[in-house]
Amino acid sequence: MTQQTYRKMWETLDLDLDAHDGLLEVLGKFYGDIYLSQQGRLAGAEYLDFVLSEIHGLRILELREAQAAGRKIVGTFCVFVPEEITIAADAIQVGLCAGAEAGTEQAEQIIPRNTCALIKSFVGFKMAKICPFTESCDIVIGETTCDGKKKAYEAFNELTPTYVMEVPQTKSKAALELWKSEIRRYIAKIEEVTGNTITAEKLKHGIEIANAKRRVLQRLTKLRAASPAPISGRDALLINQISFYDDPERFTTKMNELCDELETRIAGGQGVVDKNTPRLLLSGCPMAVPNWKLPYVTESAGAVIVGEESCIGTRNFRDLVDESGTTLDEMIDALAERYMQIDCACFTPNTERLENVTALAKDMRADGVIHYSLLFCQPYSHEAMKVDKALQDQGIPMISIETDYSMEDVEQLKTRIEAFVETLE
Amino acid sequence: MIAGIDIGSRSMELVVLENGTPVHSRTLPTTFDPLSQCEELLDGIKPSAVVGTGYGRELVKKILERLHPQCPVSTVTEIKAHALGAVHWFPEARAVLDIGGQDTKAMSIKDGRVLKFEMNDRCAAGTGKFLEYTAGVFQIPVDEFGAYALKGDKAPDISAMCTVFAETEATSLMAQGHRPENIALGLHKSIVKRTRNMLGRVGLSSPLVFTGGVAKNPCVLSLLKKELGAKARLLVPDEPDMTGALGAALSALA
Repeated sequence: MTQQTYRKMWETLDLDLDAHDGLLEVLGKFYGDIYLSQQGRLAGAEYLDFVLSEIHGLRILELREAQAAGRKIVGTFCVFVPEEITIAADAIQVGLCAGAEAGTEQAEQIIPRNTCALIKSFVGFKMAKICPFTESCDIVIGETTCDGKKKAYEAFNELTPTYVMEVPQTKSKAALELWKSEIRRYIAKIEEVTGNTITAEKLKHGIEIANAKRRVLQRLTKLRAASPAPISGRDALLINQISFYDDPERFTTKMNELCDELETRIAGGQGVVDKNTPRLLLSGCPMAVPNWKLPYVTESAGAVIVGEESCIGTRNFRDLVDESGTTLDEMIDALAERYMQIDCACFTPNTERLENVTALAKDMRADGVIHYSLLFCQPYSHEAMKVDKALQDQGIPMISIETDYSMEDVEQLKTRIEAFVETLE
Repeated sequence: MIAGIDIGSRSMELVVLENGTPVHSRTLPTTFDPLSQCEELLDGIKPSAVVGTGYGRELVKKILERLHPQCPVSTVTEIKAHALGAVHWFPEARAVLDIGGQDTKAMSIKDGRVLKFEMNDRCAAGTGKFLEYTAGVFQIPVDEFGAYALKGDKAPDISAMCTVFAETEATSLMAQGHRPENIALGLHKSIVKRTRNMLGRVGLSSPLVFTGGVAKNPCVLSLLKKELGAKARLLVPDEPDMTGALGAALSALA
């Protein structure tokens, strides 16, 4: 596909073409430095490179073509929005851009300055008109996971139609009932947007597709427990990021191929790093594309990342939806129960996360954990202290990092991560 | 002859070891031309190995490539360097506090190994830079600022953590008629309070070795002793600002 076709498409989407060119240039350079410079990558990484190089090109074209054929595009920012239902309504769900500093000045005109980088980023991307995904959406589905997002969606709704799902804040029975009703409310909404009716058969199909995606990500996680690490943390993070915007069935197929290759590598004792390289688990806030700062700093400091305990990581795929239901009601119950297992820091209490982080660190044979909170993210900053204590009790060292998307603290981060790695050697 | 070089934001230090013992040390301001400053620091030194630490640790490699291309160069972080340096002077050390030009580090150590550490992030609150900046408001050289503050007897609360806001706060306290010595004391207290919290987060153990240029400030030292109470033993090496460079050199022996 030629660049001219893309430019026309971006024009139709009313992107700010100059600013968008600037973004693509930075993204390309970043990707070159952080990804393409890696040694001994998998052949399967070609898919990652291709998807990323076409992130604003071919994938958008696919979405536009689907739209022309009558399908709807649903944008999200959270793992609570049930993709099963979106698929059942024959719509396409994509995770929206929220991982780079963009349109910050504009965003700060409608949301407070002391808002986390992720929220500022999605508002900024919209206001600066540089995200073709955001511009392609027929509807954006928000959720009430934290106060920052909750209030930001009010402002976002002024810019683009935004529908908000109420995520409960506890795991009580009443909370489960609330979430069930929210799932039903979303079904009604998506049926209205798409004009399609969700039947048991369609929802079963949606569940199968979403579960298949989760299974392949679970498979990847299991393989990463091998030593030496068979894949870099950067590539694994990218896989998790891509899982939010590529076609789910294609993604699953490609990732199963990549996992086959990993199995061969592991059988041959091959890894991307030396066996003695310190293994680290990332835990905390999600890292949306192209937020690769911390993984890059970490893997440049002589360590390898073996897992991501985050929404763009295990929180997205650890739990499957029970597939035994046959009626719509049974499936909705199964969906609600699955989603309520998510150990998001917005819940109180959220003790299961402490157990999950510790167990994951052990399963992945991690030597230490980097807890990552975005500046101004109250829920995860609070939990950083709890996670630290829980890990300490198990003799697993942890370092707590608080940062954002800017590059001004890269040198300080390097020092801290290098020092942390030194303590593990 | 092993050389340890610590390039910090305000100053750079060199320590030379012979048979594991420091035989020579030197310091220069970092300035905006750290490369030439470091070259001058190494003037007349013919090391067999060099270890760099501090924010400018990567610069050390560059300089050695030019001066002594055959000489092996490595780097360690200032965390590890300060721990090794502190333990060299005080083998019984269980915690280290380093307040340098631009950052503050607190660490707990055991048998010379760092167990846990904390560093201030991007902001210079509670560091040597804070003292230098606020001393400027009083038109007093930073070396004399501690002694000046010790003349105070009643410190007003300074709550601003930001260096710039602290200046604003100090100015408004002056306008309210507070004695300048007292305001200076208040500024020192605010550093110690911040430091105490950081030490608390790494699990304050005793004895605590205080390193870095700010350990030479008598007011910070006296307030910190008071703050820690009788239970914690506070130890200060003769040349606290040389600890990083010494530790870097020692790391080559390990």
